[in-house]
Amino acid sequence: MNQLLFLLEKEFRQVFRNPAILRSVLIMPFIQLLVFPFAANYEVKNVLLSIVDLDHSSYSQKFISKITSSGYFILTDYSPSYNKAMGAIESDHADLIIEIPRGFEKRLVKENKGSMLLAVNAVNGTKANLGGAYAASIIRDFSQEIQMEWMVFPAFNAIPAIEITSSNWYNPTMNYKDFMVPGILVTLLTMIGTFLSSLNIVHEKEIGTIEQINVSPIRKSTFILGKLIPFWIMGLVTLTIGLLVSRLFYHIVPIGNVGLIYLFAMVFLLALLGVGLLISTYSETQTQATFVGFFVMMVFMLLGGLYTSIDSMPEWAKWITKINPVAYFIEVMRMIVLKGSGFADIKYQLLSVLGLAVFFNSWAILSYRKRS
Amino acid sequence: MKQFIIFVQKEFYHIFRDRKSLLIIILMPIVQIILFGFALTNEIKDSSIAILDNSKDVATADIARRLEASRYFNIAQNLNAQSDIKRAFKTGKIRLVVVFEPGFREALLHHHHAQVQLIADAADPNTATTVTNYATNIIRDYQSDLNVLVSTPYMITPQIRMLYNPQLKGAYNFVPGVMAMILILISAMMTSVAIVREKEINTMEVLLVSPLKPLLFILSKAIPYIFLSLVNVTTILIVSVTLLEVPINGSLLLLMGEALLFIVTAVSLGLMISNVTDSQQTALMISLMGLLLPTLLLGGFMFPIESMPKPLQIVSNAVPSKWFFIIVKNVMIKGLGFKMVWKETLVLFGMALFFLAISLSKFKTRLA
Repeated sequence: MNQLLFLLEKEFRQVFRNPAILRSVLIMPFIQLLVFPFAANYEVKNVLLSIVDLDHSSYSQKFISKITSSGYFILTDYSPSYNKAMGAIESDHADLIIEIPRGFEKRLVKENKGSMLLAVNAVNGTKANLGGAYAASIIRDFSQEIQMEWMVFPAFNAIPAIEITSSNWYNPTMNYKDFMVPGILVTLLTMIGTFLSSLNIVHEKEIGTIEQINVSPIRKSTFILGKLIPFWIMGLVTLTIGLLVSRLFYHIVPIGNVGLIYLFAMVFLLALLGVGLLISTYSETQTQATFVGFFVMMVFMLLGGLYTSIDSMPEWAKWITKINPVAYFIEVMRMIVLKGSGFADIKYQLLSVLGLAVFFNSWAILSYRKRS
Repeated sequence: MKQFIIFVQKEFYHIFRDRKSLLIIILMPIVQIILFGFALTNEIKDSSIAILDNSKDVATADIARRLEASRYFNIAQNLNAQSDIKRAFKTGKIRLVVVFEPGFREALLHHHHAQVQLIADAADPNTATTVTNYATNIIRDYQSDLNVLVSTPYMITPQIRMLYNPQLKGAYNFVPGVMAMILILISAMMTSVAIVREKEINTMEVLLVSPLKPLLFILSKAIPYIFLSLVNVTTILIVSVTLLEVPINGSLLLLMGEALLFIVTAVSLGLMISNVTDSQQTALMISLMGLLLPTLLLGGFMFPIESMPKPLQIVSNAVPSKWFFIIVKNVMIKGLGFKMVWKETLVLFGMALFFLAISLSKFKTRLA
């Protein structure tokens, strides 16, 4: 116990004497949490539209004014031909082309039907999907309006109709920040946890001070604990700063129990630091540790469900997310903060991360050798 | 000139003798591009939904079957009461609950008006909008199949053409993005320790007393890393084309040339970091922590830049990977020529010059 206290004292001194570490624990999360949620916005609001009107009729005019007043689209230009409009797509001045064919109105009046061409730049899937869907639904509305105008409905409507009402729970204003801020906070904890701890032991290896510890009577597990606890505490400090920032600046007050967030974070940080220490024991230089740490961190973050949904991943990638503590924490964070989930709702996630923590840390202790 | 070659040779020895690091640097991009190329997609599919069927008749069963059959949904739960909905959302996995009113089929056939309620878990707004849209379309389809006998006149049918990416594969967007991110991080990280390491292990003094000029010294540090990054670009492209089936529609020569320019920019950035820091730990921390999130969030491939607030849009211009992402998308996917990317090229060129100039001006020929 005494040995552990001395080790902790040493680690804390090192930390407090290194302004770079302090800065990355205290100030960087603060700034990043202030700036990045504004960037992390999947909302597609300005789909740039180029219209090729070959018909120049009153209906095509009506349609154009309907689609431009919908609020989803910004009309960038009227192109005289489809090929000209393609030029706008190539230079990214347009995302979507709508071509109204020649004789559109005539055909609509005479044959009771019409068609339009929607060409979407599909390199960016989200924009293509949403933009295409918006445009298609406006076209549907438009044709319904024409039906209303032309058809004399019988007093009794014989067409079966299903009325669909939709509601959005937990985030009725569809505010992206409510969704992203908790996730970005987890990302910051991940970066600090993995990165700082992975550099730690290897730093002692590189400057040779590890030799002094190896010849001391300190046990392996005590040594690892001594390395782990300071970062664990720093992680919790970062979490506290993060929660304060989200409350003060984004007015995000967790609906669930804040204590539960801390409980989960404690276990989560253990798992993450275990990964960092594991990297550290296997690396010989700080460069190696950073590269491997970078790799692990990217996998954790990008396959964590913050940026793209885990549901859509292929089966094998879903398996990777099962050994990814970050995926569990992001899920739990959102459940507690936005939905007010309780202990019973998250116990599966908690147990999984606990299991990962035990696994990574025992591996780190076992693989650490006192001889080089 | 001969001195310069010897210095370059020395750097190559450093790199090739550290087998473990070399292996990591060569293999990591390959694994990453495969992993992220396959796993990342903005498409929404296989979402878990729950059904609260208060009617339990042929019509509701038919709609449920259609929802299940589509690639977007699988029915994970059947609920029994309104109060179960909260429970289903709180345990996390359910994205959408479909509620049928009691006597749905009766209402539909006799009163020609029946109600369905879609409740989405809008904690994730994007998914909520998309799944609501998909479900609405499926129910509408069901309705128009019912109406097939009654013809609906004045229908305008949109023909939708998905340009460049007819299958809507996520890889078309994420491969250029991940490529830009991996290249800048790896190039900047490995270069950022190049000079500071010499300072840390005290070999800098020896180098400084050599007759080599500062500019040449810096270049000799850069060349091996540029070479390594070019190897990475090549492997990334081979993997994208063969495994991920992302085509190179434009000129390969132009693509490689732009990649070289981007690498030079990244390496110059690394050199700049190396020159202004005094320990490897700080250099790595700046290049990793300082670059990772900005590249990820402001690089344009994750989040649409035009949806960001104006100040962030302006800041995003300072992120080199944003420009490279545009170039790769235009050249590789859209198959455009240099005429369409010369502006972006010019920006990258300017950035590289700027970083190099700072490295040179901060380079001290004497140790403190």
